[in-house]
Amino acid sequence: MISNKHVSKVYKMGEVDLTVIKDLNLEIEHGEFVAIVGPSGSGKSTVLNLLGCLDKPSNGKVMIDGIDVTQLDTTALANFRGEKIGFIFQSFNLIPVLNVYENIEYPLIMIQNLDKQEREKRIMQLLKDVDMLDQKDKFPDQLSGGQRQRVAIARALVTKPKIVFADEPTANLDTDTSNQIITLMRNIQREFNTTFIFATHDEKIVTAVDRIITLIDGVITDDKRIAS
Amino acid sequence: MKNIIKISFRNLLRSGRRTVLTASLITIGVMFVLVYAALSGSFKEYMVGQVTDSMLGHIQIHKKGYIASVDNLPLDKNLNAKQIEKITELLDENKFIESYTFRLKLGTMFSNYVASTNIRLNGIDPENEAKTLPLFSSRLDGIDTTALKEGSILVPELIAKGMKVKKDDTVVLVATNQKGSVNGLNFKVAGTIEPISGPGGRDGYIHINDVKKLLRLKEVEVSEVVIRLKDASKLEQAMKLLKPLSEFKNQKGKPVFEVHAWKKLSPFYNIVKMLNIMDMSIKIILISIVLISILNVMVMSVYERIKEIGTIAAMGTTPSTITKLFLTEGLMLGIFGAIVGSILSYIIVFIINAVGITFSFGRQDGLTLNPTLSLNEVLVVGVIVILISLIASISPARKAAKLNPVDALRQN
Repeated sequence: MISNKHVSKVYKMGEVDLTVIKDLNLEIEHGEFVAIVGPSGSGKSTVLNLLGCLDKPSNGKVMIDGIDVTQLDTTALANFRGEKIGFIFQSFNLIPVLNVYENIEYPLIMIQNLDKQEREKRIMQLLKDVDMLDQKDKFPDQLSGGQRQRVAIARALVTKPKIVFADEPTANLDTDTSNQIITLMRNIQREFNTTFIFATHDEKIVTAVDRIITLIDGVITDDKRIAS
Repeated sequence: MKNIIKISFRNLLRSGRRTVLTASLITIGVMFVLVYAALSGSFKEYMVGQVTDSMLGHIQIHKKGYIASVDNLPLDKNLNAKQIEKITELLDENKFIESYTFRLKLGTMFSNYVASTNIRLNGIDPENEAKTLPLFSSRLDGIDTTALKEGSILVPELIAKGMKVKKDDTVVLVATNQKGSVNGLNFKVAGTIEPISGPGGRDGYIHINDVKKLLRLKEVEVSEVVIRLKDASKLEQAMKLLKPLSEFKNQKGKPVFEVHAWKKLSPFYNIVKMLNIMDMSIKIILISIVLISILNVMVMSVYERIKEIGTIAAMGTTPSTITKLFLTEGLMLGIFGAIVGSILSYIIVFIINAVGITFSFGRQDGLTLNPTLSLNEVLVVGVIVILISLIASISPARKAAKLNPVDALRQN
């Protein structure tokens, strides 16, 4: 599903080259529930950005679903993300001028161009799944953090992506809400066989995943699978 | 596209006060330009109408050299019967011409038996003069053009006042003809004539046959031919058909006639030109207002929403869709300003017409402006504003589209 070969990422800081990711080789299978962990500055977010086609590696190949995404141009990459990838962000990143329903609808009209009936069917189902049906007309600023993250999850899933990337999805949530959100994502992963890849510090996530990849200074130091 | 418009519109509403301020600025600019154009247009039209319909006509034909010495009203630069015939032939063929009239101009001494003064006179055929210059009769003090019969005179108001003559008084006109012989005749005052601005605006009038008697002319002579066009805007075309006259040469190879459009004869045309330049300058100011205010708002909009742009880009929104989102925002501000500005301009013009603004020009008082807004002008200003809004939004929109999603998402 995802296969990285000899991927590295180097940032230019003035005269100095800063290597953030060194020779990363990683394979992730369809339907995995994976956490990438590591201290701050270890390169977790960079790996997520590279795998999520938001950033291009300095060297190496990123193959997703058999496609070498490093060869795609900006527009093709955007279309690829719109088709296959969902994102969940630490600070939810909902569009403030759209209500809950419209936020979830956004990728379907602006990116996938689905007809209205199909849109409504999908959105209503997802609203039920994330338990936000009664809040569908509210705007993001009228919702709690947990509610916002539920909407963000629904938005990430509405395009039926193969992979969902979540960068610290629970960092802004309290313990109870975090647990609910993790359970929600776990259920979705089981139901739809969606791949979830987290970059996180959160122990609650780490204990919930099937595989933990530890990254230190841009190098994978540990990759262990946990029998669930 | 519907969704792009919806999202752009909501984004505009998000910073409501800023949007309202910018849109109002554009609205006021549009309003200012349109109301100014309506007022200056009405002033121009009124003044041009005054100049061409009461004295100058649209085109004048003279013998070559007459205009250069028009101030001393030369008698040796009149057109003779043969030349008049040639002109008449050409004028009758010209489809742009509504009518024309002949004038024989001269300077005489004007006496009321007590005192005397100099007066400039036009010898006219009253019927043709009224046909060619529709406003001529409106300058007459409560009398009809037919009142100017042979043996009567229309005295300029200022001279009538100064010389204390009134209707039905008898005055004497004394003139010297080309050969130097002096002749005087009695005339009955038919009435007074109001002054107007421009050349010949303070002349008196007598019948053309009386000029012949006064100057003891044996045959017909004319100093100027005044032409009225069916449509004043077809001046260039009509002038083109009269070109054979300007190119006609005598046996010595010298040109015989000179043909002038009213623009060449009236100093008012320079004022028209100045008004047009001011029109243009105000439009340029409007363009700057729209450009700067929309650019400012759009740049702020992009900077405020970097993270949001990062989010929608990450989700898969293509750069071209992001560009469209921001272009639509700028465009909507422009369209709003253009539409509301135009509507308000129509209302203001309507109010001005209802109230009635009067002005004075030269010695004329109580002239009323009747501003009208042409659809053409509204469309031109609207298109300019909308186009400039689009141009002003291009750079910020492209900046938004070019943002790297990773960098954009990192912003707070």
